[in-house]
Amino acid sequence: MGKIYATESDKHRSAKASPSTVKFLLDYSKALEITEANGLQFESNLN
Amino acid sequence: MDILTEDSLLIKNYVSGDEKALEFLIAKHNQRLSSFIYSKVNNRDITEDIFQDTFIKVIKTLRRGAYNEEGKFLPWVMRIAHNLIIDHFRKTSRMPMFEGADSFDIFSLIGDDKLNAERQLIKDQIDCDLEVLVAELPVDQREVLIMRIYKDMSFKEISENTGVSINTALGRMRYALINLRKIIEQHNIVLTN
Repeated sequence: MGKIYATESDKHRSAKASPSTVKFLLDYSKALEITEANGLQFESNLN
Repeated sequence: MDILTEDSLLIKNYVSGDEKALEFLIAKHNQRLSSFIYSKVNNRDITEDIFQDTFIKVIKTLRRGAYNEEGKFLPWVMRIAHNLIIDHFRKTSRMPMFEGADSFDIFSLIGDDKLNAERQLIKDQIDCDLEVLVAELPVDQREVLIMRIYKDMSFKEISENTGVSINTALGRMRYALINLRKIIEQHNIVLTN
């Protein structure tokens, strides 16, 4: 009988970042402000 | 918007201020990127961390306008994730992570050696009581005991300071301890912490 290796690959396939992580990234993106002055870029987070 | 929308269009929209486009981008590649990271690190929490760090880099690069790989978004993101995975393994090989299980508590091995407030109070009380007891001893014995215990002097130094022989100093110390025990027993004093 051939072995079934479905379990391991299923485990990998189900890996997904949690909604809280996704929400954090979206909030981070909204808060991130890039300002440019004299050819230099500055990052700031506006909360 | 359809989730199958081209990456390049989503990126263009995101760069021009459409936050929703980022949401679609993350949703579109979430599973694939997470699975890629998980297949390397084999830990869900670390996968989440690396996924988050990857997208933070992606967001910064896109917002700074530094992204120029038209149509190759996923391979680029994968490369960022790959580099972060390497960083993670470098870091963990330098400083291995210890994972505690339910049956084993790390705090049973490492602890705060300071006394807690209650024990500190008891210790202070004992020190205070002991001072009173020491004051009851004959002067010569008290002198040797204070030098030895409180000033941490050797018997040689004590003999030099008091002008008696080392043996006499040793004898005085012995009697000092015997007498202290006697006083404690006589008065039923309990000195424990």
